[in-house]
Amino acid sequence: MSFLVVDKVGPATSVQDRGRSGAQRYGLTSSGAMDRKSLAIANALVGQKIGAAAIEIGPLGAEFRAVGGAVRVSLAGADRAATLDGRGAWVNETVLIPEGGTFAMSAARSGVFSYLGLEGAIAGKPVYGSLSVSARAGLGSPYPRPLQSGDKLEVGTAKRESFERRFKPLPVEQGPIRVVLGPQDDSMTPEAVALFFGAEWRVSPRSDRMGYRLEGPKLAHADGFNIVSDGTVPGSIQVPGNGQPLALLADRGTTGGYPKIATIITADLPRFAQTQAGGRVRFVSLPIEEAQKEARRFATMLAQIEERVERLLTRETVKGEG
Amino acid sequence: MPISYPRLLLCGDSALVVEFGNSIDPELNRRVLAFDALLAQEQVPGIRETVPTYRSLLVHYDPTIVAYAELGAKLMDFATREGLPSRRGRHWRVPVVYGEEFGIDLEAVAERARLSPEEVIARHSGAEYRVYMLGFLPGFTYLGGLDPKLATPRRQEPRLEAPAGMIAIGGIQTGIQCIAAPSGWNILGRTPMRTYHPSRDPIFLIEPGDHVSFFPIPMREWDALDRAAEAGEWVAEMVDP
Repeated sequence: MSFLVVDKVGPATSVQDRGRSGAQRYGLTSSGAMDRKSLAIANALVGQKIGAAAIEIGPLGAEFRAVGGAVRVSLAGADRAATLDGRGAWVNETVLIPEGGTFAMSAARSGVFSYLGLEGAIAGKPVYGSLSVSARAGLGSPYPRPLQSGDKLEVGTAKRESFERRFKPLPVEQGPIRVVLGPQDDSMTPEAVALFFGAEWRVSPRSDRMGYRLEGPKLAHADGFNIVSDGTVPGSIQVPGNGQPLALLADRGTTGGYPKIATIITADLPRFAQTQAGGRVRFVSLPIEEAQKEARRFATMLAQIEERVERLLTRETVKGEG
Repeated sequence: MPISYPRLLLCGDSALVVEFGNSIDPELNRRVLAFDALLAQEQVPGIRETVPTYRSLLVHYDPTIVAYAELGAKLMDFATREGLPSRRGRHWRVPVVYGEEFGIDLEAVAERARLSPEEVIARHSGAEYRVYMLGFLPGFTYLGGLDPKLATPRRQEPRLEAPAGMIAIGGIQTGIQCIAAPSGWNILGRTPMRTYHPSRDPIFLIEPGDHVSFFPIPMREWDALDRAAEAGEWVAEMVDP
């Protein structure tokens, strides 16, 4: 067995997988990776299931060290500079950290979250089927909180393989974030709905895994801003009393008492979550039939993601391990 | 145009809401829970999980297994059935230390209601409440049936951190907040009971549709009960009819 030691870490870095299910009826939210697509890529690179636990790395830099044996990792998601013991390493590739070696990465140059996939699974105790950290709920394993320097994660030792792998990048997605109108668009004035789609929104720095606050023109409610609390989903766009939308994400509350004007489609959640603070977004409405077609396409893309993983020529071999 | 219930609402590409009404009402809530129980019994393909709330059921589903039109039709068929099965909820008797440093808003609630703090405690612990839903935070229990005299609007400025176990009033509702979190509710007291405890089996105790009443305990009993609850004991009495 090996360990991955956290030597340097910024905020919003935590163990995340596909998230937990089955306890939203008790108020326990799903958590899980903010960008499920990049999580899948990181996992596919190291031969893990696409929803397995990885380290979600926030916008700042981080440094990890292998202790007790070599650790094979992969990096996917936000674009960053990375080094293995001072030599260049790359996003969308695997890298073997030899025992005692350090894998370091810069702050994100574009995007927000990166995923460090681990060939040997993270040892932990799942709750409702997930190791994902939900700091508020005191859940997550091995640490029920974001990672701090000095933390030590038990992971499997790297396999003795003489090759690394690379992920053939997917086409870059652009254009407005697609949403399905509702469930409470009728709680807003028709002008507010038109304004929501007409305006450009700025992602507030006061955004986190719970949700992204959007700054722009004030959206008016048709008849007060309180509804009888009902359920939320990842991507629900609430409009609280101040008229500034709040897009609920992985660590959202399971229920809420503000009208939800629209819901971001599943396929566009990763791209939305990767929008940096200060970044601009626009929204466009998609008919539900189209949105479901996109959801199925997204699921197929995830299921086939390992087909885009290819071997690289020999770069490093595992010495004296295994 | 009047809305006819139940109705379906779209909640993105992977969830539907079945709404039975637009108010906080025990009969509406009973229909939601009966509908939820029926779905669990029927094991409808594609449904991932359901979230019952006051007056609606959120149904998370997998759109690669079932399309919204097909699932929606099925849900509406179930929702309009007569004589849905109704589960008789359990009854929880929950210990509370009222007032003092655990109930920092007790005096203010009393003053507003023109009652003494003792009368507020007597009325609050003298009622039986219906668990309408759990939501927002793990184990946050939304209770209906508050004495209207005790209704108190939420605070203008929410507290940045209300303690775990808070028993509080928000408008016409009262509730149990299990973990420390910001809150605009008026805090009457604190219970050592953990409605949510991640290292206990079961992790959650109270179900939607259960009933809750409170009984006052003196501050000197707090430490022992709090330790017991942390160690996994329920510290609340439960009657399963």
